[in-house]
Amino acid sequence: MSAHAQHSWSAAVMAALVAASGAAAAQGLEFTQIQRGRYISKAADCISCHTVKGGKPYAGGYPVETPFGTIYSANITPDLETGIGKWSKDDFYRAMHEGIRRDGKHIYPACPYPAFTKMTREDVDALKDYLDTLEPVRAQRPPNALIWPLGWRSLLAGWNALFFHKGEYMPVDGKSEVWNRGAYLVQGAGHCAACHTPRNALGAAQDDKALQGGDAGESWYAPSLTGHPRDGLGGWSIQDIVDYLKTGANDDTASAGPMTEVVMNSTQHLSDADLTAIATYLKDIPAQQIDESQPRDVPGTVMDRGKALYVDQCMGCHMADGKGQKNTFPPLAGSAPIQAAKPQTLIQVVLGGDRMANPPLRPTGLGMPAFDWKLSDQDVADVLTYIRNAWGNQAAAVDPGQVGDVRKALKEYGPRYQRLITQSSH
Amino acid sequence: MAIRLEPVDVVLVGFGWTASIIAQELTEEGLQVLALERGVDRATVPDFATTHVQDELKYAMRMGMFQAPVRETLTFRNSRDQTALPMRTLGSFRPGAGVGGAGVHWNGQTWRFLPADFEIRSHVEARYGAGFIPPDMTLQDWGVTYDELEPYYDRFEYLCGVSGKAGNLNGTVQAEGNPFEGRRTRDYPLPPLERSAGTLLFDKAARELGYRPFAAPAANASRPYLNPLGVQMGQCTYCGFCEWFGCGNYSKASPQSTILPVLLKKDNFSYRTGCDVTRVKMDAAGKKARGVIYVDLEGREYEQPAELVILCAFAQHNVHLLLLSGIGQPYDPATNTGVTGRNYAYQITSSVDVFVDEIMNPYMGAGALGQAIDEFNGDNFDHGPEGFIGGGYIALWTTGGRPILQHHLPKGTPTWGGGWKKAMAENYLKSVSISTHGSVMSYRGCYLDLDPTYRDYYGNPLLRLTFDFQKNEHAMSDYLTEKAALIAKAMNPRSINIKKRQGHYSIVPYQTTHNTGGAVMGDDPRTSVVNRYLQCWDAPNVFVVGASAFPQNAGYNPTGTVGALAYWATDAIRTQYLANPGPLVRT
Repeated sequence: MSAHAQHSWSAAVMAALVAASGAAAAQGLEFTQIQRGRYISKAADCISCHTVKGGKPYAGGYPVETPFGTIYSANITPDLETGIGKWSKDDFYRAMHEGIRRDGKHIYPACPYPAFTKMTREDVDALKDYLDTLEPVRAQRPPNALIWPLGWRSLLAGWNALFFHKGEYMPVDGKSEVWNRGAYLVQGAGHCAACHTPRNALGAAQDDKALQGGDAGESWYAPSLTGHPRDGLGGWSIQDIVDYLKTGANDDTASAGPMTEVVMNSTQHLSDADLTAIATYLKDIPAQQIDESQPRDVPGTVMDRGKALYVDQCMGCHMADGKGQKNTFPPLAGSAPIQAAKPQTLIQVVLGGDRMANPPLRPTGLGMPAFDWKLSDQDVADVLTYIRNAWGNQAAAVDPGQVGDVRKALKEYGPRYQRLITQSSH
Repeated sequence: MAIRLEPVDVVLVGFGWTASIIAQELTEEGLQVLALERGVDRATVPDFATTHVQDELKYAMRMGMFQAPVRETLTFRNSRDQTALPMRTLGSFRPGAGVGGAGVHWNGQTWRFLPADFEIRSHVEARYGAGFIPPDMTLQDWGVTYDELEPYYDRFEYLCGVSGKAGNLNGTVQAEGNPFEGRRTRDYPLPPLERSAGTLLFDKAARELGYRPFAAPAANASRPYLNPLGVQMGQCTYCGFCEWFGCGNYSKASPQSTILPVLLKKDNFSYRTGCDVTRVKMDAAGKKARGVIYVDLEGREYEQPAELVILCAFAQHNVHLLLLSGIGQPYDPATNTGVTGRNYAYQITSSVDVFVDEIMNPYMGAGALGQAIDEFNGDNFDHGPEGFIGGGYIALWTTGGRPILQHHLPKGTPTWGGGWKKAMAENYLKSVSISTHGSVMSYRGCYLDLDPTYRDYYGNPLLRLTFDFQKNEHAMSDYLTEKAALIAKAMNPRSINIKKRQGHYSIVPYQTTHNTGGAVMGDDPRTSVVNRYLQCWDAPNVFVVGASAFPQNAGYNPTGTVGALAYWATDAIRTQYLANPGPLVRT
């Protein structure tokens, strides 16, 4: 989030406080409570899904693409008619904790209440206090476009019975306070699993594969966060993870696509202590099993073609040795996201181009141009196969069909960075 | 009737190098700053993306990034007895348009002027006597010294991540640097770029002749670089597409690659594109600016009130605005009175093409990848026997090997057909060119004023340029060219082709976009538009920044000095003017 938006938010908070100081005092609202709620809103990244680009913050209407159709996010400003102005704290807690709206209807799990259920009542109340200070926006969201019969919200009772585990986070004995704080943030407000955990056919997170890499929607892949050294965070130190979440980049990689939104709207605002807690918890997740028995040898002709493309198209910035340029252009050699199980995010970045996060600590927001107009599906597949298997890298070859699928998705949704709520383009 | 807008503290006309520097500095003071840019918005990605920007036809031949004469041009004549005619294409110089200005399409050659350049009249009179200066040469001191500007040169060089090697650190001459440069307090932020085959050949020949060649200072990053604002630059890839192109690798310093990522996030900064500023609006007494008048792309006219008006447009455009706004008395060459438009100057260039047997790989280049000697610049040599004033550097640049414009063919080569193709095949890889970059002094007959006949798109008189190369400049340029030819001959060439600059100045072929003067700085309101802080003598809340302030031109590319002056003026605004708005120099 830019300084500008930060400023206007704090201004909104202050204005609301000044305007309603009498009422606020009567309700026992204190600045610290609202600040706490504001912080939790950042940790939960509410704004990313509850704001349309160019629209008023938190007024909803953002299309969340799921395998089951499009779900439009709710207006969570305190508007009495179209927002949650009439909701009590109990109403709000029930929504967050059980996935049930004020009118008693079920919320689609596109909103990650299976994660938010782990949040404490105090945190959820603080969040509501903060949301109540926002400017009320009258904005009706469009009707969802779901495949039959999912338009019936009552069906969700069955889904919840199968897959939803209600209950606040319980600290794990034997683990440090820091670890538990990290687990609380990752599993609760941070809802990392929403993207980074694979889902079953009914869209539920596969808990036995928690954070082993998943679908982030619109043909983006969220890579593994386990301790795997090649496809995971095994090669990252705690500081590497903190740097990444704080600035969107570290010595191993730079964020891309939806994760750049997460960094800009959420993690850059978290305290170093909380980021360290998150990193501590993530570093303790055991590596996923990768089937190493399958031969991964890529035909030499593909590697040759890929290398030729790499030299022509990529080498200027990412360098001949794939090591990139420190703090500038991310390395490809040895980089974990480059060797992720699935290549969709890499294909996205090559086809659509991307911008790095540009928080105040790393303001440049360096960009990579789009190659969709000059590289064929086969070209992209070959060059990515090369990158994923050169310089000691090791990962599955990329198939032109996968590139074609992402190309279709890109055509439909557009480059993700264009939807960043605030992003300097220079 | 102009639509009146909400006032701002500071309005900047233009949004190139100087406006970006000033905006970054003045927003730090909490001021509300607005920049008005006539061109379009531009960003590194997608506008300069490496996937498509290396397009010589689009940018070099069809002038993708330059001021469009259909919207703004000027009239030209060589001398006062001629009738000036409007230019429908711009040839000799190519001002930029769009966010970043010409700072997007420059080469990155980032020099400091010599200490004596800033006190040239005093210096020449002291060394050679007052009679050495021709009577019509309106040479004058700048009102600011090299030592005063040194910290501001340093700021600009560190902003840009200039690659080079110091030649004079705190008075101690350094090996491999330029031994003639003024003292600097620290080395360049980055080491020199990798040398090209051509620059190595030049270096060897120049050394054999007893000169001290050095790597020219380059705002092309030789390494990844984090500048003091926290903006990250990438390492130059030597793609050979600097001049007239934007850099897609974040390697060439530009407002986009050094300032804008920070500036554009500030709440108290904003900018608008497609805004042609047509007037500085003055109060009834004509002593204080109230803001500016501009026209948008729809033809609507606006009044933008501001407490402080800073002209940051291209040098000639700054002068045009002053003339249209009635700021400063227009210069009259007949009586040699008045100031606005006075002391327009340019540069005089020549070259020597060198055809060699070795492969030079010219396409591996960078805009400021060059090896230079400074023995014949400024007053680094005794002018007494030569009888002229001024000088220039002699350099071999490897800016690139673009197919259309960047090739050299021996004299007598057919201009088309089989003979041309054969010569091209034989020489493209095996030729280089040495160039000279000569100063131009100011003269009573070289000036800018409003054209009496021709008007622009808005009905305003066009700017009229009256300029020619004078005897002094031709003598100097010929002298430099002869020295360059001697170096060329020492490179063991197959042949050389000496290209002297001869005859009258022609505005048609491209030479250089180093147009200066017209709103010059100085200590005397009778001979300068702005004081030593670039503040208008006649309107203390108007500052005019850029090469328009140069009282005459030196033998170096001007951007380093333009950047230093921008920091210098802004520092005066920050530390003196804001506390006590009014004239910073009393006469």
